[in-house]
Amino acid sequence: MTRPIRVLALALSTAVLATTSACKRETREFRGYPPSANPGSVVQDVPLAPGPRQPEVTARSPYEHNAYAVSEGKRLFGWYNCSGCHSHGGGGMGPPLMDDEWIYGSQPENIFETIAEGRPNGMPAFGGRIGNDDIWKLVAYVRSLSALDVPQDVRGGRDDHMQYKQPEQEENPTRPKRSTLPPAATQP
Amino acid sequence: MDDPRRTAADLGTDHCRRPERETVAHPTNQPVNNQAAPSIDGGGPRPSRGAASKLLRAGVLAAALLAACGRPARERASGDTKPPSPSGLVASNGRAVATDGQWVRPTGDYAGTRFSGLDQINASNVRGLRLAWTFSTGVLRGQEAAPLYVDGTIYVVTPFPNLLYAIGLDGTLKWTYRPQPMTAAQGVACCDVVNRGVVYDAGRLFYNTLDAQTVAVDAATGREVWRARVGDINIGETVTMAPLVVRGKVIVGNSGGEMGVRGWLTALDEATGKVAWRAYATGPDADVLIGPGFHPFYPQDRGRDLGVKTWPGDAWKIGGGTAWGFLTYDPELNLLFAGVANPGPWNAEARPGDNKWTAGVFARNPDDGQAAWYYQYNPHDLWDYDGINENVVVDLTLGGRARKTLLHPDRNGYLYVMDRTSGEVISATPFVHLNSTLGVDLRTGRPTENQALHPSTGKVVRGICPAAPGAKDWQPSSWSPRTQLLYIPHQNLCMDYEGVEANYIAGTPYVGANVKMFAGPGGYRGLFTAWDPVKRRPAWQLTERFPVWSGALATAGDVVFYGTMDGFFKAVDARTGRLLWQFKTGSGIISQPTTFRGPDGRQYVAVLDGVGGWSGAIVAAGLDARDSSSALGMINAMKDLPQYTTKGGSLYVFALP
Repeated sequence: MTRPIRVLALALSTAVLATTSACKRETREFRGYPPSANPGSVVQDVPLAPGPRQPEVTARSPYEHNAYAVSEGKRLFGWYNCSGCHSHGGGGMGPPLMDDEWIYGSQPENIFETIAEGRPNGMPAFGGRIGNDDIWKLVAYVRSLSALDVPQDVRGGRDDHMQYKQPEQEENPTRPKRSTLPPAATQP
Repeated sequence: MDDPRRTAADLGTDHCRRPERETVAHPTNQPVNNQAAPSIDGGGPRPSRGAASKLLRAGVLAAALLAACGRPARERASGDTKPPSPSGLVASNGRAVATDGQWVRPTGDYAGTRFSGLDQINASNVRGLRLAWTFSTGVLRGQEAAPLYVDGTIYVVTPFPNLLYAIGLDGTLKWTYRPQPMTAAQGVACCDVVNRGVVYDAGRLFYNTLDAQTVAVDAATGREVWRARVGDINIGETVTMAPLVVRGKVIVGNSGGEMGVRGWLTALDEATGKVAWRAYATGPDADVLIGPGFHPFYPQDRGRDLGVKTWPGDAWKIGGGTAWGFLTYDPELNLLFAGVANPGPWNAEARPGDNKWTAGVFARNPDDGQAAWYYQYNPHDLWDYDGINENVVVDLTLGGRARKTLLHPDRNGYLYVMDRTSGEVISATPFVHLNSTLGVDLRTGRPTENQALHPSTGKVVRGICPAAPGAKDWQPSSWSPRTQLLYIPHQNLCMDYEGVEANYIAGTPYVGANVKMFAGPGGYRGLFTAWDPVKRRPAWQLTERFPVWSGALATAGDVVFYGTMDGFFKAVDARTGRLLWQFKTGSGIISQPTTFRGPDGRQYVAVLDGVGGWSGAIVAAGLDARDSSSALGMINAMKDLPQYTTKGGSLYVFALP
């Protein structure tokens, strides 16, 4: 290879590298800043609130743009037996998590509270048993199941197991509905 | 996949709409059913003297009732205030003599035949069967219970929140009992929040709540008599089964084989609810109630503390072996027969060994719980095949010899004919397509596993038949002593299976398997088989689109009833399987149909609709079918169910006009 060509090749590969490194995927944080359990924001489960309308402050899990944390959330989802009840998002003993129905709210804080505090119709309280940081990773993974605010390149691309559903990456973003009644509310 | 009999079905519906007078027979013209009592086997042991006199009394009563037809319905026409004990009406060989018109326990009789001696509704007039009335239970989860009928009142228990209704024969509500189980119990119930029924004895009703309590309720008033906590939801225990009430004991077993519980069968004192004995399915002999009277037929079941030694380390403590199925009882031998469910976790690599005493059957003395014998259908259960299915007490003549047998259609796909005095397997014959095993060795009693389909962690094994719910799950079969056939509602499902690591966290699932089920060969998912246990082949077989998840009911009118998950309640000819009548219910049917005779002398047939259960969870719990591993992989085989049915929960009562 002659010298000019070598220089050209170097310049080209530098350009390619520069372009690639500009990708969000490549600048992801492998260790996010662990959020505190209760950042003090107000996240409503319901659209109805008394008095003048107040702006809703939604917390954002810093892990939702962190592919590594989302994949960790997926691993923990199996480890902590979440998949035993919710399967791989389609539900079983517990409700589905990949659909657009959110009984107790779809915001990261809602889901954090659901995992940490439990819910009356059978969701166990994992707070104090799973560290807050891991819960936030689970939150990010759960939201990735229905592509809620989790970018496509952050969502999981494949499973290490028998194929039981399409990868999260191929899910279309959903609009969460939060009017669904918990199962017990439909009973006398 | 289409049921070829659908055209005949349509005919039946059409007939139903037309007012057909020729099928209407005035009750007084009917033969007194008691006289027929066809089921008493001359060769079998005789009923006790008391039972015989009660039989006679019941006959007189029925005759009196029939003669009194047209008069306002009274509870009992006789001056005898003591109602004949329903249990006394069961011949000691276990054959059904349900001719008093009552239905006091889900299994009908102690033998579990679910056979009714009533023949007012029969193969020639059933096409005229009409809906008398309906009653909404208000609960929209899977309804697996059997409507009971005792002295003019129908009793129905719902899935969680386990309401108990007393309903008059005109459909009016008499009282409601609300046990208010803990709502959190819903989170540890593996396969929908079902309840398999309530039992009546001596003026009281006994049943279990999802949060593992047993309650006794006054049948006249609905007042709670006692309540006993038998299990703990925090370690994943629930109770879904219908108790067996026998000899002053209420016998209950736990559910939670998918949650790493330790299975048990517990007897409570019928009067107080105090624990009389508890027999665990795993652990040392003292815990399992194995003593000097234990004489299993096969050598591999003999030895000390096999409930510990056939497990690695302490795995037996979370090894499953629950008891959520139907219990049967033989008064002559004074033995109850209790199936034991699957070992946990499903991933068998976590538990090398035979995993005793799971996935088998115990014969126990109900007085002290001591085991008489045990047989293991599925040693080291690889596929969640359990051993939980019912053991129907039937006397057969096999090879010219009268045998006291149990008929057991196992989830592993074999119909076992067993000697109920010893636990010997007389025959084991496939009743559905299967490839997971290559037969049952009658010399050792062990099934021969198909090594090619042996599962392991991280390996996907495809096309295993039957699937995890087996060839037949909870749905109870019915035996007709008239046709000598066992009517088995069941399914034709296969699966792909991958073992994964199972982590035990108390109160959460402990399964360790990814499963994906689908229809077996033929494409249909449901079967209804009339099985001849002597000839060891089906007399006839019907296919259904979905698994037949309801129980079966055979009657002396040679009619067999069952329901389908797409919501058809069907009556078929007991001898040919020909569809005679059907009725479209609001929701799919997964419950246990029953029949009884009211004080008006008419025979009624009752069934609950309300799809759900493991197979119907896609509708009852609104699961997302895009994940084919949902509901432990069942959903992949049930994706189209929501196109056929919606949630429900109503009682339907039918009678001839």
